[in-house]
Amino acid sequence: MSTATEPDRTSPPATPPALGPRELSRWAWRQLTSMRTALILLFLLALAAVPGSIIPQENVDSIAVSQWQDSHPGLTPVYEALGLFSVYESAWFSAIYILLLISLVGCVLPRTKVYWSAMRARPPKAPKNLARLPEARTIELAEDADVVLSRAREVLRRRHYRVVSTGSTGEPGSTGAGEVAAERGYLREAGNLVFHVSLLVVLVGFAAGNLMGYTGGVIVVKGQGFSNSLSQYDDFTPGSLFGPDDLQPFSFTIDDFEVDFLTSGEQAGMPTDFSAEVTYTETPGEEPQSRALAVNHPIKLDGGSVFLVGHGYAPLVTVRDGEGSVAYSGPAVFLPQDASFSSFGVIKVPDALPEQLGFEGLFLPTYGFTMEAGPFSRFPDALDPVMSLLPYKGDLGLDSGEPQSVYSLDKDELEVVEKDDGAPARIDIALGQTKELPDGSGSITFDGVERWVKLQISDKPAKGLALGGVVLALVGLLGSLFIRPRRAWVRVRSVDGRTVVELAGLDRSSGGDLGEEIDEIETLIRNESQKEPT
Amino acid sequence: MSPADFASFSNNAVAAASVVYGLAMLSHVAEWAFGRSLPVGEAVPARAADPVAVPAAAGPSYPSAEAGADEAADGGEDLATRSLRVEVFGRVGVALTVVAGALHLAGLVTRGLGADPARVPWGNMYEFAVAGAFGVTAIYLALLRKYSLRWLGVFVTGFSLVVLMLAVLLLYVPAGPLVPALQSYWLVIHVVAAVIATGAFTVGAMASVLYLVKARAERRGEAATGYVARLPKPAALDRIAYRVHAFGFPVWTFAALIAGPIWAEYAWGRYWGWDPKEVWAFITWVVYAAYLHARATAGWRGKGAALIALVGFATLMFNFVGINLFGSGLHSYSGLG
Repeated sequence: MSTATEPDRTSPPATPPALGPRELSRWAWRQLTSMRTALILLFLLALAAVPGSIIPQENVDSIAVSQWQDSHPGLTPVYEALGLFSVYESAWFSAIYILLLISLVGCVLPRTKVYWSAMRARPPKAPKNLARLPEARTIELAEDADVVLSRAREVLRRRHYRVVSTGSTGEPGSTGAGEVAAERGYLREAGNLVFHVSLLVVLVGFAAGNLMGYTGGVIVVKGQGFSNSLSQYDDFTPGSLFGPDDLQPFSFTIDDFEVDFLTSGEQAGMPTDFSAEVTYTETPGEEPQSRALAVNHPIKLDGGSVFLVGHGYAPLVTVRDGEGSVAYSGPAVFLPQDASFSSFGVIKVPDALPEQLGFEGLFLPTYGFTMEAGPFSRFPDALDPVMSLLPYKGDLGLDSGEPQSVYSLDKDELEVVEKDDGAPARIDIALGQTKELPDGSGSITFDGVERWVKLQISDKPAKGLALGGVVLALVGLLGSLFIRPRRAWVRVRSVDGRTVVELAGLDRSSGGDLGEEIDEIETLIRNESQKEPT
Repeated sequence: MSPADFASFSNNAVAAASVVYGLAMLSHVAEWAFGRSLPVGEAVPARAADPVAVPAAAGPSYPSAEAGADEAADGGEDLATRSLRVEVFGRVGVALTVVAGALHLAGLVTRGLGADPARVPWGNMYEFAVAGAFGVTAIYLALLRKYSLRWLGVFVTGFSLVVLMLAVLLLYVPAGPLVPALQSYWLVIHVVAAVIATGAFTVGAMASVLYLVKARAERRGEAATGYVARLPKPAALDRIAYRVHAFGFPVWTFAALIAGPIWAEYAWGRYWGWDPKEVWAFITWVVYAAYLHARATAGWRGKGAALIALVGFATLMFNFVGINLFGSGLHSYSGLG
């Protein structure tokens, strides 16, 4: 699990030695922590992540999951058994990354030990034959050997080498012969270790956020309010360690909501701006505050942040029942189906007498019609709103005790209201109109149009830990990729009144320009030597 | 100039850049075609005395006129002329690439100015493609001198040409304002980093492909003429591929695992949510991490590592093309349909 070319992780033996449990477990440990296994696990991790991007995921889009399951009844039980609707929480996905983490720890621990002693070790002594190293030079200088030697020491030190010299002390009167051993780039391995350990930190932060946090969604019609308790949410996903009592008692009201659409050009209909005006109270009894809420501009409250993630229309309708009294009056939330905001929804009228009424159909913000497509919306703004509804009468099934979606009708006990000729009595109703149901079971009035916003409210603790971890990982990564661990040796001796300097280097990572480095060191030793008067 | 003027200037500049990329590519093709008949030497390039001669370290090498004269006494003069011609085509190719890159940049900048209000020029798939292709050219030109990359010229110009053509033909949408979700300064940080990393990975993938080709040719002991013979040695190709990838990987880490999550936290209220785009960015990261490990593992060095790098590049391209066009999810900014 590390990027440097250290020999610590040699390939595992091809076959297990035949022996007892102790040897066997040792062999297994070596297998698991070998780089080859780590590589394979990395590939498995990449491969295992793929299905989650193709099959709808429960935690990403639960509506898409139910739609997919409805249209694939045969595959659904198989996929469910395999955990394919929540890949990233599944046992097999977890198994891969847990094995990878064990492999990582198994690699990092021994390497930390090795690094700890390597870091404190002195640069190793010069090999006997410097000329055999990958980069080696021999030069002759006129100066005294000990002068050259101390300069070499200085040059290497200034280039951030750790330097050890033997032989000549550089003091006057010494023999002059001696050598300098130098090493640099100790931080590469540190970066490497930091990178890998940071990955663990990120994972801990991510897991903590998921366990102790929550995510919820709610649709709020303009003018209405929300207070942070479980019953108010449309959907709510708590972490395993999060209880409903942990919800902080903030509340807010959506005072206003504005959307701007491009009205001309080829991209007409594209939204350019939407933002809501919100009045919120962070803790009960506090002075309410007002603020704009927009995409990319969440409101951060104590114990949760509020994000604007979507919007749509809620037509205002009044329904009168067969007896002529008002049985329903108010907004009904319709869900957008396309970019032009053709929206689908239902209106349930349980108070209608003598029979309950229900309506199902489309809300079209700007009405259009062709023979081929039928009614459709030409533009996402509410310029010419029309509803196209199919009325039902009978029993809405609300008393059965079973929870029911507010966005669909349970048609088991309902029948379509028919015209005199027996055809379904589809109602197309424009803003301000009232339409009577043909069989006298009631009427509906389209009073107005309101907008709603879809809000996500969530809290993920330990965000800072995850962010800190990943930033640290990046710093470590940069160190492990770009710090070049190197060794250099300089050996100086006097031969016939001249000073012979042998210079050699060794790269301990791949991809470096060792030649250039040694050339530069050579130039520095030489140049300074020439600058001084002899 | 009004935004509309800028927008139409941008279209012209992108079209002009495509044409010049095409010419640059032809020039590099001619360079290699004329080079075919030249024997390969390990010596200095022709006219090495010229101060701006391409460094010989890792680049293609041509026989000096003298070496040519040694080989064929009567054809020596001719050989020198042909070496010169190869060199001229190569330099013209680079010069044209610089011109095309400048036009390309002008096209990008004016695209941003062509929107009302002015904005960064990467808000839909057409603009991502144009910006991404520019990233590839920019990385190539930035590293050209340092690593003597002229042998990549034909591929880089060809790649940019094809991407620009596809962008204009299939992905074009008129300049317009940003959708609200993209109205954030993180768009600048996140996308710039992603474009730079993509450019580096693309150049790295080209080097890895050429490494595989060259290593295969060497194993088979194929003829020492033609384009492949003039490529740097496999070890040099491998090293260049590694360096470019090693540059791209931390940038990708920043783009996909730091800037992306921070923005996602602001925009969607969660820093990581396994959205298809996020999944594939993660897959790309894991595969390139495997590449870096493979280079340090016995048995995987060389061919194995190069193949992993290409798998990484494939996941990167799939994320850009596949997920943008056919996928669902929160990163649906293609602006098409």
